[in-house]
Amino acid sequence: MTSVAVLRAGPLLTVQDLGRPGLAHLGVPPSGAADRAALELGNALVGNAPGAAGLEATLVGPTLRFDGGALVAVTGADAGARLDERPLPPGVARVGELLELGPCRGGVRAYVSIRGGVAAESVLGSRSHDQLTGLGPPPLRDGDVLPLGLVTDCHEPLQHEPARRDELVTDCYLRVVPGPRDDWFAPAALEALTRTTWRVSPASNRIGTRLEGPPLERTRQDELLSEGVVTGAIQVPPGGRPILLGPDHPTTGGYPVLAVVVADDLSRAGQLAPGATVQFSIVTSVPIGV
Amino acid sequence: MRVRPAGDRAVLFEVADNAEAVHLARALRARGDLVDVVPGHRTVLAVWEGGDAPRLDGVSVESAPAPAEARLVEIPVRYDGPDLADVARLAGVSPEEVAARHAAGVYTVAFLGFAPGFAYLLGGDELLHVPRLASPRERVPAGSVAVAGPYSAVYPRESPGGWRLLGRSDLVLFDPQRTEPALLAPGDRVRFVAA
Repeated sequence: MTSVAVLRAGPLLTVQDLGRPGLAHLGVPPSGAADRAALELGNALVGNAPGAAGLEATLVGPTLRFDGGALVAVTGADAGARLDERPLPPGVARVGELLELGPCRGGVRAYVSIRGGVAAESVLGSRSHDQLTGLGPPPLRDGDVLPLGLVTDCHEPLQHEPARRDELVTDCYLRVVPGPRDDWFAPAALEALTRTTWRVSPASNRIGTRLEGPPLERTRQDELLSEGVVTGAIQVPPGGRPILLGPDHPTTGGYPVLAVVVADDLSRAGQLAPGATVQFSIVTSVPIGV
Repeated sequence: MRVRPAGDRAVLFEVADNAEAVHLARALRARGDLVDVVPGHRTVLAVWEGGDAPRLDGVSVESAPAPAEARLVEIPVRYDGPDLADVARLAGVSPEEVAARHAAGVYTVAFLGFAPGFAYLLGGDELLHVPRLASPRERVPAGSVAVAGPYSAVYPRESPGGWRLLGRSDLVLFDPQRTEPALLAPGDRVRFVAA
């Protein structure tokens, strides 16, 4: 069976697939790739099923060595990937070849997809590492060797790479739906959320992206009874500095949620780098079926 | 019942109390068209996949299927926790009395959250409804039996935590290898048994 050796893992390299949806009532976060669109594109480029596991690199990409031939693709933030000096994606790695990624630009996470998928241990139906709970395979370290899955489970690779996503830029707009707890805030808070250019704090991770800017004014200071929250929720602790929940967020929270980023914008939210700016705009016509 | 938007793929149902939340969660789960149904203290979050939103306008607490007989789970506890004396002081009784009162209650699993398998239990002696610690511990050992506000809980694994620790249990609250990974489910009844 082909395997891949991690020569240099970089600051944070984890295995990610599409996570563990459906277990939130047990306290299990959804987890999965922070930029789901990038993982799915990478899988298409190598002919994997959309939910096959790949590698999620954070800030700086890894150096990997292939001990057998493999079709690889690198998506997400531009990490200047080179396969034995040849630019990627996608490319065919031969035995002993090195895949080298550098610092991420135009985002904070790059994804390495390999035909067959990474066959790390599956926990509760997913190979994703969950930063909050530690479920799934631990973050990868220098010297780790990863087995790959069977290529017999694959389909024809996507033949041409689609145009590069233009939304992978340093500054980003995200659409939000107000609520569910916008009534815990001064009416001006929602306006302040959309008027402010927020800066992404370095104290951000897969659990949440902390946003720096003027505090959002709450009109109720008491504690909210814990309630279920979704990825993309903008939670506001008593200090008024919002936190945008990422895929490894706790399943329930006691801070009021002012607004929630729409599902189609979550992949872009997963690329917010420390120091980048983000702005929010409100969508109101949401078909919620009630 | 009030319905609040929670993004474009979820709604939050607000109900009168936890019993209604548990009941409504059962009704929503029975539909089979939702990805996640997450009860809270007095809410239920319903999450769906992309595409068309499911019709949820017929949903009501009354439409929920009749609950099965509530399960009673017994949790053996050694009441020797580091906060037993503090809770006794706050409650104005002896540490032995705290243990006796905690073990005398019958609790209901209100919802799970915070960590996999972490069940928020409602009920028990109101004298033991004490505030959480002013500054949380960095490490609370797995199996710690704790109280905070109206809740009791058992920490499924070592984690940071701000609840007051009354004792320890050896029960495994969460095991991803089990068919039912979480020992406790919303609606279950729980008794603590002094060991």
